[in-house]
Amino acid sequence: MQNEVVKAPPVRATDLSGSARSRVPSPLERTLGNAALPLIGVGAVLLLWAAASATFLDSLPSPHKTWDVSRLYILEPFEKRGELDQGILRFTWYSLQRVTKGYVIAILIGAPLGLLLGMSKLFRGSFDPIIQILRPVSPLAWLPLGLVIFHKPEPAGIFTIAMCSMWPTVLNTALGVRAVPQDYLNVARVLKLSRAKTLFKIMLPAALPYMFTGFRLSLGIAWLVIVAAEMLTGAPGVGGFLWQEYNALIYEHIILCILTIGIVGFVLDRLMGLVEKRLRAA
Amino acid sequence: MSILALHDVCKSFGPTPVLSGISLEIQPGEVVGIVGFSGAGKSTLIALLAGLVLPDRGQVTFHGKEVRAPGPERGVVFQNYSLLPWLTAYENVSLAVEQVFCDWTKEKQRAQTERFIHMVGLEHASERKPAQLSGGMRQRVALARALAADPEVLLMDEPLSALDALTRGTLQDSLERIARASGKTIVLVTNDVDEAILLADRILPLSAGPAATLGPEFSVHIPRPRERRALNLLPEFRHLRSGIIDYLLSSKRSRPSAAAATP
Repeated sequence: MQNEVVKAPPVRATDLSGSARSRVPSPLERTLGNAALPLIGVGAVLLLWAAASATFLDSLPSPHKTWDVSRLYILEPFEKRGELDQGILRFTWYSLQRVTKGYVIAILIGAPLGLLLGMSKLFRGSFDPIIQILRPVSPLAWLPLGLVIFHKPEPAGIFTIAMCSMWPTVLNTALGVRAVPQDYLNVARVLKLSRAKTLFKIMLPAALPYMFTGFRLSLGIAWLVIVAAEMLTGAPGVGGFLWQEYNALIYEHIILCILTIGIVGFVLDRLMGLVEKRLRAA
Repeated sequence: MSILALHDVCKSFGPTPVLSGISLEIQPGEVVGIVGFSGAGKSTLIALLAGLVLPDRGQVTFHGKEVRAPGPERGVVFQNYSLLPWLTAYENVSLAVEQVFCDWTKEKQRAQTERFIHMVGLEHASERKPAQLSGGMRQRVALARALAADPEVLLMDEPLSALDALTRGTLQDSLERIARASGKTIVLVTNDVDEAILLADRILPLSAGPAATLGPEFSVHIPRPRERRALNLLPEFRHLRSGIIDYLLSSKRSRPSAAAATP
């Protein structure tokens, strides 16, 4: 018995590699795989749209008609044929310029406001109720006030963007400051760091992830607001073009604008995500 | 004259009395170990000594003067390391050096930082961020940070509790060596009686909470350097160990309410 050697069954090469399905996919395969589901989704929506516009929603332009009428604006995106007749990306550029101005103001006011709210119980107690009341106000209510204060549509629009988009920055910054672990603050206390040093060396870096969430949300709101602001003021931009085309009865352009607004908003959010990743890694 | 002292200190958090009638005098150069159960109030004791919290009754004095706020002369090594995660190990230590020795030249500050990083054996990892360090390495950075500020007293709040047993053993040896080399006054709070006997000159057990008090003092007459494995064979070690554990367990038994109070 003791001389018997028990042999294990020989392992075949195919046992280790397994079936073809468990092979590691190539980069091309992975890209196609990732794109496949979204393409299916988009295709399904296009079909639904075409079907709806052909049947019960016959006032809705069909995908084909939308493409036909919008072709010029898409294929010559930077043309300027007239003040109210420009390529779609030119309009987008005007809107982006306004958004940038309003957004920067929102951040420059919102972040310090959030810091104060987070750091001072007194400040928080005094101003939190006011902020909670101002937060739900729609851009459509701020815009007339902006026009009254600034008399001109351009600054009124920027004012509206700033007033609407600053709240996520304010609240997330405040949350970030209050979420700084007491341990870090104890380190600052033992080292006798000044209030300024505690703020810049400990609180800000610790609160930065929360602040970034606020920045990202604020950008989304700013982009949303610009469309409403332009529609109401008639300024040249994606929103202005949308409202103008509605009034000119060219409804296909409404859909073009909707798609543009959505795609630009998506790209902006993605860009913010990239910036956030770079700063986190640093 | 004692360097750091508690005079009949009482501390409560809300309605719960945590510490009651604590009196303790720490002489310069000695290593005092305080052992007790989790939740007994050990961290509160360190916080009081550091000045991070103020007592409800009684006084905490440093060089005879009342302690009203924390400061780098009473350095603290926290239980959870408290390293700033966006700074490298080197930068965490240099933060303390630059703050405490702000009037030094940059070269002198750099030399001080590097000296203590070297002392805890982290020269090869000083450019890494805490997330890239093991638990033992993180605690060594915390120790370097506290020592680099050249405190008069080093307060250690369960510095090795968050580590696994093997790393803990290794770090206890490092701590023994560093404590001996630096000659600093150290107050070490721990739940490990063996650790206290290895490191301390005298040990004070903290009775089970609530309203914990300090039990009888146990002097450790074992000569230094103390080797962890050899310690187990010494009768004095076993004697001390059983004495301290007996006191702690009996303090818990005589407090049936403590079982409900501790988490």
